[in-house]
Amino acid sequence: MMEIFYWPFLDLVIWGFITVYLMKFQGQIPGAVTFFLGALILWDVLFRAQQGITISFLEEIWSRNLMNLFASPLKPSEFLAATMVMSVLKVMAVSVVMVVCAGLFYSYNIFVIGMWLVPFVLNLVMTGWIIGVLTTALIMRFGQEAEVLAWSMVFLFQPISCVFYPMEVLPRWLQAIAWMNPAAHVFEGMRAVLNASVSPIVHLAWATGLNLVFLGLVVAGFHWMFELCRERGLLVRIGE
Amino acid sequence: MSKPVLQVEHLVKQFGEFVAVNDISFNIKPGEILGLLGPNGAGKTTTIQMLLGLVTPTAGSIQMFGLDLATDREAILQQVNFSSTYVSMPQALTVEENLWVIARLYGLSQIQQRVDGIVKRFEMGDFRHKVTRKLSSGQSTRLGLAKAFLTEPKILFLDEPTASLDPDIAQKIRSFLKEERRSSGLSVLYTSHNMHEMEEMTDRIIFLQRGKIVAEGTAKEIVARFGQADLEEVFVKLAREE
Repeated sequence: MMEIFYWPFLDLVIWGFITVYLMKFQGQIPGAVTFFLGALILWDVLFRAQQGITISFLEEIWSRNLMNLFASPLKPSEFLAATMVMSVLKVMAVSVVMVVCAGLFYSYNIFVIGMWLVPFVLNLVMTGWIIGVLTTALIMRFGQEAEVLAWSMVFLFQPISCVFYPMEVLPRWLQAIAWMNPAAHVFEGMRAVLNASVSPIVHLAWATGLNLVFLGLVVAGFHWMFELCRERGLLVRIGE
Repeated sequence: MSKPVLQVEHLVKQFGEFVAVNDISFNIKPGEILGLLGPNGAGKTTTIQMLLGLVTPTAGSIQMFGLDLATDREAILQQVNFSSTYVSMPQALTVEENLWVIARLYGLSQIQQRVDGIVKRFEMGDFRHKVTRKLSSGQSTRLGLAKAFLTEPKILFLDEPTASLDPDIAQKIRSFLKEERRSSGLSVLYTSHNMHEMEEMTDRIIFLQRGKIVAEGTAKEIVARFGQADLEEVFVKLAREE
C-alpha cells in the first residue's frame, strides 16, 4: 500500500509544488542553487533528528532489549532524553558529511546563511524530535507492523514544510495547515535570509513557539501511550 | 518471623474478556526461593511482567520492601532484577559493553570491578570481548544471568534460568544461586519446566492453572497432597485437567 499509494502521492505533491514554484517565478529565483542545496541540507537535519529517536527505539526492539530497559529504574522521560541525545549526535555526524560534500562537489557553503543557521538548526532538530516521539509512540502502540512509520512518517510533513518552495505556492487551505508546522517557518526564514529581503525573526519566533508547544504535547502523549501499553500488555509483546 | 520482601494481594490481570491472572495472593520472605509452576498459558509470565512493572494489574496490589509498585516503581526496580530466555541484549555490543550499559542504567559505582567480578563468577572470560550476536544460546543465557546478578538485587525473577545451558554450567548456576541466597539473603521467584530442578531449588512452590493458584506448599507437600510419585506427575495431572 505504501509503495502503491503513499510514496508516489508524496512525490507527486512535492514535485508538483516545485513545478508550480518554478513556473510562477520563472527566471526570478535568486540563487536557486543556494535555495535548493541549503534546503536539502536543512531538511536532512530534521530527518536525522527524527530518525535518531525512532531508530534508537527500533534498535531496542530488534535486539529484544526493551524489557531490560523498562524493567530497570529508567523512567520513560529518561529514555526519551537519551534518544534525543542520540539524535543530536546523529545530526552532527550527518551534517558534517553533507556540508563537506556540498562544498567539495558543488562549491556550496551552507554558512552563507550566517548566524541564523544556529536557531534554524535548533528548531529543525526540535521538529525532528516531535515527529520522532510521535512515531515512536505509534510503534509502541501498534508494534512492529508500524515500523514502516520510522521512515515514512516524516515525509508526510514534507509538503507542508515548504522545503523547496515558498508557502505562497500552496493552496490557501494548505497554507493554513503549513502555518502550524514549525519547519515551514524555518524554511520561510531561510529563504528570507537568502533573499536578504526581510528578517526571519518573526518566522523564528513562530517556529520556536510551535515547537515548544508541540514538543510538550507529544512528550505528554508518549507518557500516556506508555501507560496505555503497560495496561494492555503491549510493551512486552513488541518484537515477539 | 521476618517480614516478606514481596507481598502480592488479590492480583488480577484481564485482557478484554480473557482473565490471565485471577485473584492470586502470595509472598516471598527474605532468602526464600519461591517456585512458580504451571502449564503454558497459566499466567506465570504475566505475573512476572506485573512484578517487573511492565504490565499494569487490573486489580490488586504488589508491594516490595514495604513500597507499593504502583507509586514507587523506580525505587523498587532499583533493587530488583530478572533473567529470561525470551529477552536478549543489544547484539552489536560485546558482553562487557552490555554489562557496562546495565551498570550505568542502575547507577552502579566501581563498575569495572563489578564487571570483572561477575565475568569471573559466571566463567565468561573467554567471551567477554565477543559481540553478543555471536554468542551461543548457552553463553547468551549466562550473559542474561550475569546481567541480573550484576546489580546485586534483593529480589530476582528467574524465568527458566537454566534452559539452554549444558548440565555442568546449569549445576554451577544452581550452586551459585544457593550460595547467593545463603550469603546475601537474596529472594528469588523461580520458574522452570524442569521438575527436578524445582524440587532441588525451591523452598516453596505455587502452582498456577488458568490464572489461579491451585496448589501451594513445599514440593513434598504438593506431591503428597495430589497422591503422586513426584512433582512431574503432579504437573502432568494438573496440566491434563485443563
